[in-house]
Amino acid sequence: MAFEPKEPQKEIKYQELRIYSDEELNNYTEEELKQFKIKHDIPDVEELEKGPWPSFVADAKREALRRRKLADDRMLIDRDVVEDMLGQLQLSFDDGETHWKHGGIVGVFGYGGGVIGRYSDVPEKFPSITAFHTLRVNQPASKFYNTDFLRSLCDLWEYRGSGLLNMHGSTGDIILLGTTTEQLEPIFYELTHELQQDLGGSGSNLRTPSCCIGKARCEFACIDTQDLCYELTTYYQDELHRPAFPYKFKFKIDGCPNGCVASIARADMSFIGTWRDEIRIDQEAVKAYMAGEIEPNAGAHKGRDWGKFDIQKEVIDLCPAQCMELDNGELKINNQECVRCMHCINVMPRALKPGKDTGVTILCGAKAPILEGAQMSTMIVPFMKAEPPYDNIKEFIEKVWEWWMEEGKNRERLGELIQRFGLPKFLEVVGLPPAPQMVKIPRENPYIFWKEEDVPGGWDRDIKDYRARHKR
Amino acid sequence: MALSQERLGKYDPQNPQKDRITDLGPRHFWQYFPPVIQRNYGKWAYHDILEPGVMVHVSESGEKVYTVRCGAARFMTVEHVREICDIADKYCDGYVRFTTRNNIEFMVESEEKLEALKKDLASRKFVSGSYKFPIGGTGAGVSNIVHTQGYIHCHTPATDASSMVKAVADELFDYFRGMTLPAKVRVSMACCLNMCGAVHCSDIALLGYHRKPPIIDHDIISQVCEIPLAIAACPVGAISPDKTPDGKKTVKIKQERCMFCGNCYTMCQALPLADKEGDGVTILAGGKISNRISEPKFSKVVVPWLPNNFPRFPEVVQAVKKILEAYAANANKYERLGDWAERIGWEKFFEKCDLPFTEHLIDDYRLAYDTWRTSTQFKFTDKAWEVSKAAGGID
Ligand code: HEM
Ligand code: HEM
Ligand code: HEM
Ligand code: HEM
Ligand code: SF4
Ligand code: SF4
Ligand code: SF4
Ligand code: SF4
Repeated sequence: MAFEPKEPQKEIKYQELRIYSDEELNNYTEEELKQFKIKHDIPDVEELEKGPWPSFVADAKREALRRRKLADDRMLIDRDVVEDMLGQLQLSFDDGETHWKHGGIVGVFGYGGGVIGRYSDVPEKFPSITAFHTLRVNQPASKFYNTDFLRSLCDLWEYRGSGLLNMHGSTGDIILLGTTTEQLEPIFYELTHELQQDLGGSGSNLRTPSCCIGKARCEFACIDTQDLCYELTTYYQDELHRPAFPYKFKFKIDGCPNGCVASIARADMSFIGTWRDEIRIDQEAVKAYMAGEIEPNAGAHKGRDWGKFDIQKEVIDLCPAQCMELDNGELKINNQECVRCMHCINVMPRALKPGKDTGVTILCGAKAPILEGAQMSTMIVPFMKAEPPYDNIKEFIEKVWEWWMEEGKNRERLGELIQRFGLPKFLEVVGLPPAPQMVKIPRENPYIFWKEEDVPGGWDRDIKDYRARHKR
Repeated sequence: MALSQERLGKYDPQNPQKDRITDLGPRHFWQYFPPVIQRNYGKWAYHDILEPGVMVHVSESGEKVYTVRCGAARFMTVEHVREICDIADKYCDGYVRFTTRNNIEFMVESEEKLEALKKDLASRKFVSGSYKFPIGGTGAGVSNIVHTQGYIHCHTPATDASSMVKAVADELFDYFRGMTLPAKVRVSMACCLNMCGAVHCSDIALLGYHRKPPIIDHDIISQVCEIPLAIAACPVGAISPDKTPDGKKTVKIKQERCMFCGNCYTMCQALPLADKEGDGVTILAGGKISNRISEPKFSKVVVPWLPNNFPRFPEVVQAVKKILEAYAANANKYERLGDWAERIGWEKFFEKCDLPFTEHLIDDYRLAYDTWRTSTQFKFTDKAWEVSKAAGGID
């Protein structure tokens, strides 16, 4: 199996693209770093250099020193940006309040997202971060890289930006933190022309989709997560770059119900790999687990002595559907009852595998608490095959978008819209019949919004008829 | 072609449309899969965690790939990325991967390379002594703490993110490097209610929260903001139109209605909430995202507020440790924190974790009734006796 980009992509070669020489890249010594003091007094920030966990402060100081020692013409924004950023952090600790101004509309021509304006509110103290904007760079699906790409991006970002970044932001993008307004277009130009790499989404549009590692290195994956992620990202570029939605919209793709990218909690539309046939069982391997020859759960619990593996207690009794049993040393699963929770498969990955007839479950409407409280995604499509070119999935997406763009109020997420109109209305819009799988329990109140056409004779009644039967 | 070095590069501001390329999307993933991943795509048979942070995945073809997972601060510099590249070039043929939780994964094909890689990673430290690439984050332990921007780069935070995460991660370091817990514990941090990271479904969530209503900047509000939008932004209808004594359009706020969500400030910069004494940290616990055994669930507020004690947040760190240690000592194997709390009952959770229960933890927002107990099934703890005493039911 191999996947191809939609259009051929040129190979990135750092040796051709690079800005800095080897000498420039090694422009300070360990000794200098130990002695190095930044220009501001930052005692509380420096306290965070201690302790075993990787220190972002110690790291930032490397970049600060590096910039000090680069020649004047070897960077296009201010030399002191890192030092000023650390200085402002100390001031924020002192004041217990952030010192970034609210908003600021900047961007690259033709795009409504991907760039976030950021200005310091104490520019007199920290002049080099007066304007310090963010760019979101759309990560490759599931975040594998080669060093040619990363090194080229580093040179570009150090030369035209602060050299500070997030690997990665919560939505999945590489977040480049801090450059001037002037450099936004040149950076975009270099990204698209030299790195063949686009920005991600922000604002009221499709946000950068993301996915789990899937079949690249996970035996549980039921679908080609990267391929679906890439296809949806490239197919919906217009929606990603040009805000036309009531608010943000997120796709996230998990390869199985373990949910490693948290799609069920974080995506307006969550795609979660699943199967509809039977869990595959290798009885010999089950016996090996029972005999203690293979560590349960791939060794995830080996830091503590939990005693001998007990398949009854640790698998069969914990199955939420209570659909497994041991029959003469053979493990039996009643697959009609299984809810595909992944527990037994997680515990005995060498013995059990998801079925082979795979697809996605589609859930809709998760969002963070702003505004009307957080929501998780609601199960809408129990099972859908997920195979290129994914026309069935796109058709579903577009039906949902059409309704949301028509009815959604400003800043109303899909989940809130579904709440406002009710799940039955949503099902009508996407043309799906109701099913008990969509609810945990049927409604507990009888306040049914009967429609006039549901009731024989309609709602038009004559009070005189009524009074003819009932005196006042 | 080389990256350009002129001030504006090849971009021509007079002619922004010239040669413009748009709508490219991300680079394609396949070219970044190491060859062993390409060859075995979709053929992985099983995996084993050899030791914390080190996994082997075995293909149906018999091929193996060893992965070393390292923690990282997600806020990093190009210097750090270059060091990651040096390691990837040296051991991994130039390939490297990042996980959803901001860990770094290096992959090699042989045990010799694995040993050399592990040794190299363990030896790399910042000059201040902290590890650059601590190995761990697998199995029944605490993985990397995902977080948001905080004072580093955002305008709405009620606390700082990177510093709190560093302080907590330092304390939980042995849980990151070990697999001694009953199940995995996911810790997440968001510095305001916008929650740019998924914390509301985490085993332990740290959330920056304001406690003072917005201050109104009457002088500028009518110039910088669409007042009806600011009014509409408030989920509890606390904001209404008003006039200043000199007749300028402004708003007034029913302060007792405000629940400090900050949404008005998001819409209108003339309504800031941040305040040194007001702002602090809320802790939520017991959420999960995986469908394993029990359904995904939201985290519940277990500590209403702790102070922003920069830079190391000792109160927050202590509360997190208390919860984690009680869980570690009492939960069953495979039981996530929220499942444990539900099994023993939340009243026992507060007892075991030695956390005070205050009125703030009883929901009084919309649909709050769903969280109230409407049965006689509960367990007696000291808290229950306190109520009985207060009611005159016992001496
Ligand atoms: C209109 C209101 C909002 C504004 C003005 C806003 C602003 C921002 C800004 C400025 C950033 C980038 C921070 C930086 O890189 O400097 C950001 C990041 C982000 N925001 Fe928001 N935000 C808003 C609402 C929300 C809400 C409601 C959510 C979640 C439901 C959210 C989720 C995110 C995420 C996921 C990121 C990426 C964070 C990261 O890279 O770690 N935002 N937001
Ligand atoms: C006050 C505590 C909470 C915090 C700190 C919190 C934090 C977060 C964060 C950081 C995100 C990620 C946003 C993103 O990646 O775009 C998020 C998303 C979400 N939260 Fe929460 N949350 C809290 C409470 C809740 C509650 C009580 C619920 C449900 C009742 C909830 C449901 C959700 C859902 C469904 C999402 C997915 C939203 C999305 O991606 O837009 N959260 N939350
Ligand atoms: C399927 C519909 C319903 C059924 C089968 C049902 C059945 C019952 C039954 C068997 C009782 C106990 C009666 C007793 O102990 O004497 C009861 C009590 C009660 N029901 Fe319902 N009920 C239904 C709907 C409703 C609705 C819709 C409401 C209110 C809107 C309601 C309000 C009550 C109340 C308040 C009581 C308690 C009466 C008392 O205090 O003794 N019920 N119901
Ligand atoms: C807003 C809606 C409703 C209003 C205003 C309402 C009002 C009333 C009133 C005024 C009574 C008379 C009480 C008395 O004098 O004894 C009553 C009785 C009752 N209502 Fe309702 N009701 C409502 C909804 C319902 C619903 C939805 C149900 C059940 C599905 C229900 C079931 C009953 C029953 C069983 C009685 C007792 C009848 C009896 O005395 O035998 N009510 N309701
Ligand atoms: S979501 Fe499932 S398929 Fe994807 S990485 Fe996690 S366990 Fe594997
Ligand atoms: S996947 Fe879950 S529900 Fe299905 S058999 Fe296994 S443990 Fe039971
Ligand atoms: S969580 Fe809030 S304060 Fe933190 S980065 Fe996101 S929007 Fe800003
Ligand atoms: S902080 Fe939230 S609740 Fe308070 S006034 Fe602003 S929008 Fe309304």
